[in-house]
Amino acid sequence: MSALFKPGDHVRVRFAAPPGHVRTPFFIRGRSGVVTEIMGAYHNPEELAYGRPGDPAIVLYRVRFKQTDVWSDYDGPAADSTVVDIYEHWLEPAGQNTGGQAA
Amino acid sequence: MSGGNHHHGHGHGHDHDHDHGELYDHGDGRGAVNPHPRQPDVEDSPFNDRMVMAQAVGELLIEKGIFSADDLRKMVELIDSKNPADGARMVARAWADPAFKARMLTDVNAAAEELGIDAGSIPIRAVENTDGVHNVIVCTLCSCYPRLLIGLPPDWYKSRAYRSRTVREPRKVLAEFGTDIPDDVEVRVHDSTADLRYMVLPKRPAGTEGWSEERLAAVVSRDSMIGVTVIDEPGN
Repeated sequence: MSALFKPGDHVRVRFAAPPGHVRTPFFIRGRSGVVTEIMGAYHNPEELAYGRPGDPAIVLYRVRFKQTDVWSDYDGPAADSTVVDIYEHWLEPAGQNTGGQAA
Repeated sequence: MSGGNHHHGHGHGHDHDHDHGELYDHGDGRGAVNPHPRQPDVEDSPFNDRMVMAQAVGELLIEKGIFSADDLRKMVELIDSKNPADGARMVARAWADPAFKARMLTDVNAAAEELGIDAGSIPIRAVENTDGVHNVIVCTLCSCYPRLLIGLPPDWYKSRAYRSRTVREPRKVLAEFGTDIPDDVEVRVHDSTADLRYMVLPKRPAGTEGWSEERLAAVVSRDSMIGVTVIDEPGN
């Protein structure tokens, strides 16, 4: 398993809306966060959902998003966050600036 | 008509017309007025596409020999038999034994096995509440939940309101559960969207020093392992 990203890396979730069964929630698409952990590699659920083998396995990350980066009107403390499990093919490198939605 | 109560809960707009004064046929031609009004049952509503699909897939898998009807029954029985007590035992052990806690935070399934608990093959991760972080679990996409460790999820966990609002306004949702997290504590929401399941390792309440694991386990609630509540100091 070779992982493209490592803990601490700033990543952006692709802003895409492919048809079919997808395990990437809408609310963090296009948003930037930080990889906190690599969880191993798993068969692609977008393929498994249609009875296909889902090979090769895809690296799964935990990515932490600041709530204030996800919701522009979030009124809780700045430290509040959401951690989401995201497969590698949904992630792209992001700069150090994690503020706001990707262009 | 005599007997039968017409004014019970279900609406009269739907299309099954029943008469609560119906007769029992005892076979001897005498009959009697049924004193028990029927309540709506699952079979009363039309079978929708998804119910048909679920049944068809189940029958096909059995027909193809992927598993047997008894395997399916056993799995349903296993899932139904699970309850939060197993998770509570693990939390109590983690509070009592720091080395166990470290192993649990690395691999819940393996740590469960140490206590003779079968947590299933889906990897479960524990997230620990501390003085600085309060964790809460949600599955925004469906209802992912560590079922083989703490049982079936409560209905509210599967509701659209909980699933959408917990990531949008977590502190308001927690407040509705009676849980107020101070502003200097980070609220960290875990959205279990993929191949893992999550449980919260709650903070051990003050005033439980020297308690046995059994006594500790008794104060660990299901909701505290979802993270919608914290465990109060005993007596408060």
